[in-house]
Amino acid sequence: MNEKNEMNDALVIAGKSYHSRLLVGTGKYKDFTETRAAIDASGAQIVTVAIRRTNIGQNENEPSLLDYLPPDEFTYLPNTAGCYSADDAVRTLRLARELLDGHKLVKLEVLGDPKTLYPNVIETLAAAKTLVSEGFDVMVYTSDDPIIAKQLEDIGCCAVMPLASLIGSGMGILNPWNLQIIIENAKIPVLVDAGVGCTADAAIAMELGCEGVLMNTAIAAAQNPVLMASAMKKAIEAGRESYLAGRMPKKLYSASPSSPTTGLITGNG
Amino acid sequence: MQISINGNDKNFDAETMSINALIAHMNLVGKRIAIERNGEIVPRSQFDQVMVCQGDQLEIVGAVGGG
Repeated sequence: MNEKNEMNDALVIAGKSYHSRLLVGTGKYKDFTETRAAIDASGAQIVTVAIRRTNIGQNENEPSLLDYLPPDEFTYLPNTAGCYSADDAVRTLRLARELLDGHKLVKLEVLGDPKTLYPNVIETLAAAKTLVSEGFDVMVYTSDDPIIAKQLEDIGCCAVMPLASLIGSGMGILNPWNLQIIIENAKIPVLVDAGVGCTADAAIAMELGCEGVLMNTAIAAAQNPVLMASAMKKAIEAGRESYLAGRMPKKLYSASPSSPTTGLITGNG
Repeated sequence: MQISINGNDKNFDAETMSINALIAHMNLVGKRIAIERNGEIVPRSQFDQVMVCQGDQLEIVGAVGGG
């Protein structure tokens, strides 16, 4: 990779370029100051937000997330976390579009089970169809099933985001082989969403050829979230460069020294 | 009138009021919110014209931290 390519190595989602390939959630932080500090350290340009009922009758001067993460500084990715049906997910994102002045880029996730938060792909497919037909740019969270991933692409989603492992589990990449199949088949960006626990997981996702990684808990639940955010930024960059550089082939049981085999001072000569 | 806001019943002396008046009443002026009235989104541009009345069901939402 020459310097020019490195400069041009942007993540392109729905026609917009981003220099950061790390997308972050904004939940589970101690307070908004920590949220902002961690997101700054992560270098993320795309941040997910949830849509929830406004507190009525609460302190009107209560700070809001938007005060700390102004929408003109970040690309908001409203999600459908907590939705268990296509109808609820679509309804939530229509409200999000109104809330964010016609903003079209959204993260669709339809869950199937409150214990595992495993995606319900049937409802996800149905919601994706509706949202695409209504002009949304849909980044879709799904299982690591290559067939479903392809179907979501065929529906018109702008990015497909298979899980590495369960949401918030920090279990890492449990099926790199499936991710590889999804990446090889896809003509749209594939991002790992959910399950990353540490920098090694993030780097592996990028080395597999993912276009990016979306994470929340791995940063927010670290002992030092701001430091972990900084570490994740580097892991994503390192993993991406490693992928672009092309790793050496694995040669099991075939050692090859890096130093010259001639000119040794030992020997019987 | 009695209306439902975010699943809670609220009573008002007025028999009807605009969404904007309701927002002022709820101390939500200047907050970034989206509103659904009886399952239909009310565009912000229509907050002055759209009136709420007895039995209406409103959802008022905002953006919060999430992953």
